[in-house]
Amino acid sequence: MALDDRKTTDFKFVGTRPDRPDGLDKVTGRALFGADAYAPGMLHGAIVRSPHAHARIVRIDTSKAEALDGVKAVVTRADFAKGLSGEFSFVLENVMAGEKALYDGHAVAAIAASSALIARDAVKLVEVEYEILPHVTDVDAAMAQDAPVLNASYADASVPAGHHPNVVRYHDSGHGDVEAGFAEADLVIEDSFKTEATHQGYIEPHACLATLGADGKGELWCSTQGHWIAQKTCAALVGIETSQLRVTASEIGGGFGGKTTVFVEPVALALSRKANRPVKVVMNRSEVFRATGPTSSTSMDIRIGMKKDGTITAAEGIYRLQGGAFPGAPMEFSAMCGFAPYALENVRQVGYDVISNRPKQAAYRAPGAPMASFAVESVIDELCNKLGLDPIDTRLKNASREGTKASYGPRFARIGLVETLEAAKAHPHYSAPLEPGQGRGVSCGFWFNHGGETSVSMSLSEDGTCQLAVGTPDIGGSRASMALMAAEVLGIPYENIRVTIADTATLGYNDVSHGSRVTYASGLATIKAAQDAVAKLSKRAAAKWGIPEDAVYWEDGCAKPSGANAGNFDPLPLADITQNMGATGGPISGHFEATPEGAGVSFGTHIVDAEVDPETGKTAVVRYTVIQDAGKAIHPTYVEGQFQGGAAQGIGWALNEEYVYGEDGRLQNSIFLDYRVPVASDLPMIDTVIVEVPNPGHPYGVRGVGETGIVPPLAAIANAVSAAAGVRLRHLPMSPPRILAALKAKAHEG
Amino acid sequence: MKKIHVSTTVNGENVEYLCDPRETVLDVLRDRLNLTGAKEGCGTGDCGACSVTVDDRLVCSCLMLGVEAEGKNIATVEGMATGEKLHPLQKKFIEYAALQCGICTPGILVAAKSLLEKNPDPTETEVRYWLAGNLCRCTGYDKIIRAVMDTAADMREAS
Amino acid sequence: MKVEVHLWSGLRALTGGLEKVEVEASTTGEMLQALTASYPALGPVIEAGVSVAVDGRVIASSLTEPLRPENEIFLMQRLKGG
Repeated sequence: MALDDRKTTDFKFVGTRPDRPDGLDKVTGRALFGADAYAPGMLHGAIVRSPHAHARIVRIDTSKAEALDGVKAVVTRADFAKGLSGEFSFVLENVMAGEKALYDGHAVAAIAASSALIARDAVKLVEVEYEILPHVTDVDAAMAQDAPVLNASYADASVPAGHHPNVVRYHDSGHGDVEAGFAEADLVIEDSFKTEATHQGYIEPHACLATLGADGKGELWCSTQGHWIAQKTCAALVGIETSQLRVTASEIGGGFGGKTTVFVEPVALALSRKANRPVKVVMNRSEVFRATGPTSSTSMDIRIGMKKDGTITAAEGIYRLQGGAFPGAPMEFSAMCGFAPYALENVRQVGYDVISNRPKQAAYRAPGAPMASFAVESVIDELCNKLGLDPIDTRLKNASREGTKASYGPRFARIGLVETLEAAKAHPHYSAPLEPGQGRGVSCGFWFNHGGETSVSMSLSEDGTCQLAVGTPDIGGSRASMALMAAEVLGIPYENIRVTIADTATLGYNDVSHGSRVTYASGLATIKAAQDAVAKLSKRAAAKWGIPEDAVYWEDGCAKPSGANAGNFDPLPLADITQNMGATGGPISGHFEATPEGAGVSFGTHIVDAEVDPETGKTAVVRYTVIQDAGKAIHPTYVEGQFQGGAAQGIGWALNEEYVYGEDGRLQNSIFLDYRVPVASDLPMIDTVIVEVPNPGHPYGVRGVGETGIVPPLAAIANAVSAAAGVRLRHLPMSPPRILAALKAKAHEG
Repeated sequence: MKKIHVSTTVNGENVEYLCDPRETVLDVLRDRLNLTGAKEGCGTGDCGACSVTVDDRLVCSCLMLGVEAEGKNIATVEGMATGEKLHPLQKKFIEYAALQCGICTPGILVAAKSLLEKNPDPTETEVRYWLAGNLCRCTGYDKIIRAVMDTAADMREAS
Repeated sequence: MKVEVHLWSGLRALTGGLEKVEVEASTTGEMLQALTASYPALGPVIEAGVSVAVDGRVIASSLTEPLRPENEIFLMQRLKGG
């Protein structure tokens, strides 16, 4: 990127906090989410699901269901594409079982009927004969030599010899000599940790409306983080050409990574093709919990050596992630992120991707990183406690900086970890007195962030306003950020820019709204598209004035002659140029397509005060502060919102949320009453500090902010609980029964 | 199953519908009356995304049957604004960015309005407990609580 | 032009024990091709998706990024996110 593209100060729009463009729609109930679409002649779909954790499907008899009045189509695996390989084959196997049901809730058939009630009745009439097989849901048990084999063909070449076939991928990285490093340490702590699977917990269940004809042309409306990947995947799964399926993203009621893949969409398409009618499929909450992406559960061993002065001499981490019945658990991200905040001469990390009889894991906000951070930052806290060191000073002493060789190999470019730690140290929260029974914890966290394929198109209107089409679903206010960046370049009011999330037929390919990439990548593309439009506007002004194009520059929404030599002309506002653009060369648009590769990595530091009730084991979070590097906050209020939301999800993960499986392999808590996410009365206000260390890979310095905020909370809270109650919890969540058990064990030892 | 005829009032308007006795008020609002502002997040009364008021009482519309609405007075998010004038809570939620994805927003607005009608001067704790039945997964509630508190202050000043 | 590529240690088994290899390449795409040519066992890993870090900048997927002999180049597992 040319240096003159960059701008990090003197913003007119960027950094302000205007109302979001879609605000009115969202507060009046007018915004259309996945389940809010209806079509003439529409049928309702419902899915038959396995009640068994692991079973061979012997026979499916749909005749009674088909005989029910109002049932229009029934599909099974036979109605989907054959011969898929790689990730598509896993997704197909996950959305509709083939020979075996691999987890409680696995789809085995689906019905389309004239009403949702009839479809649900018909589900009960489908007879499935199962041959029940032994199952395994725990990560360590799934790796044991006597564990049932889910699929002997899933393990890839990375897995060293001697492992159970349920170990399907392996990662090993690091540098230096860890044993030599441990020998230099004054204290080495080695501990084992476990975290339970949590769900992204978006409030909107998966929903879609599909139409597919015998001509192989289809329309799909769905709640997704990425409609191009939905298009590609669905087309492959139902066996049609990608371009023949037009996908429109509805407003999306939360995703957090869980809507980066498809579940009901291919099923609705297959039902629609068979019934020759539009079909709507909406999951209920129990289906969401049982059959859509939870995160991995983990089992981890961490060993860290430290000198008396706080210098870390060596670190080693082993991360075992269970990712459900298919390969893909993000163990390499656990491995690469856990030690990333620290400059380590000797470091080694190993990851195992393990399959088990649970739903296929899906990405969840910085996938893999929060669990690793929980384990690593807990051990660092223990080391600080035992050596009498300040947790922030110790982290500062070891902190990764520009030029540090990262634990995962390369050297860091400009990063802002030290700045977040210094801001944490200076924050009044860190020095505030604690009440009796309270404890304070801190933790750092790291996430990579992502760029990805991006297309943006903008067209100017005769009245001098702008329509901006982006392809990344607006999951948390990104329309506002896009409009701010477009306004900054064009120099026209924010309100004069209308941002639309374009469908797959009207814009080039866009990667998913994931990897904290939207404000970075769609933002970069928006800036470039606006610069493209500005170049065309300047050209029109030059033609009008009869001067060379390069004698015109753009400022404050006007073309201006670049100096006395260029001529003496009054500034020409954008609207004056667009007013008669049809007669001066035609419509003026700007566009940009690229895969920006400069997503800057991001660090955060969290401070939390917790209070543990020794009678009940319940932990209350009484004060919380998030400090994170945003590079440049485009709309600071929504940046704060990302910080707060990440922290709240982390608090849930740390204290309450977990998938509970019974001995029978069935999920025991598949509604929000039993899978308890934080409610308003569980949380304090969440204070935020936005640190801005510009990312050299973005014109305005933006770093993604969406994911890093969920990385530090798990350890920060565990460290606070340890300080408050004198017990170290190494198994998440730190639910009241686990804390009580730890308190009892301590009293017993005591 | 044979459908049942129901007469009720929704956002001040008289409406009639036929519904299956198993359908909920939420099903009826969404599928029969084209009022899709109330959302189904759970269907078990745990998330509050379907919050409406029935005769001024806050309820989860997924837990009430359509046939039970006979003769009642139902208010949904679609009825909160007066003409083009937004309710102060609606304005404040936009101003405070008290929503990210927006799926919980209709239910939270209905619930918050119901709170302020009963208690025009709630403490932060009272707001948090009143809204404890409305899940939001995006915001961590911070900006929602602030928006409700500030709306309450404005409304007290205006009255 | 020769560039030096650092591999993650798990790949040593596929390169006859080497954790750092030299290949002829002037772009990320050429580098990945040359790796597969020299070490066929790396083929499936590269096909499954890798990212490349060049002097600390993580190139998630581009095959056209220019490489120079003085660059510090790391092969990494393909980045994704939530």
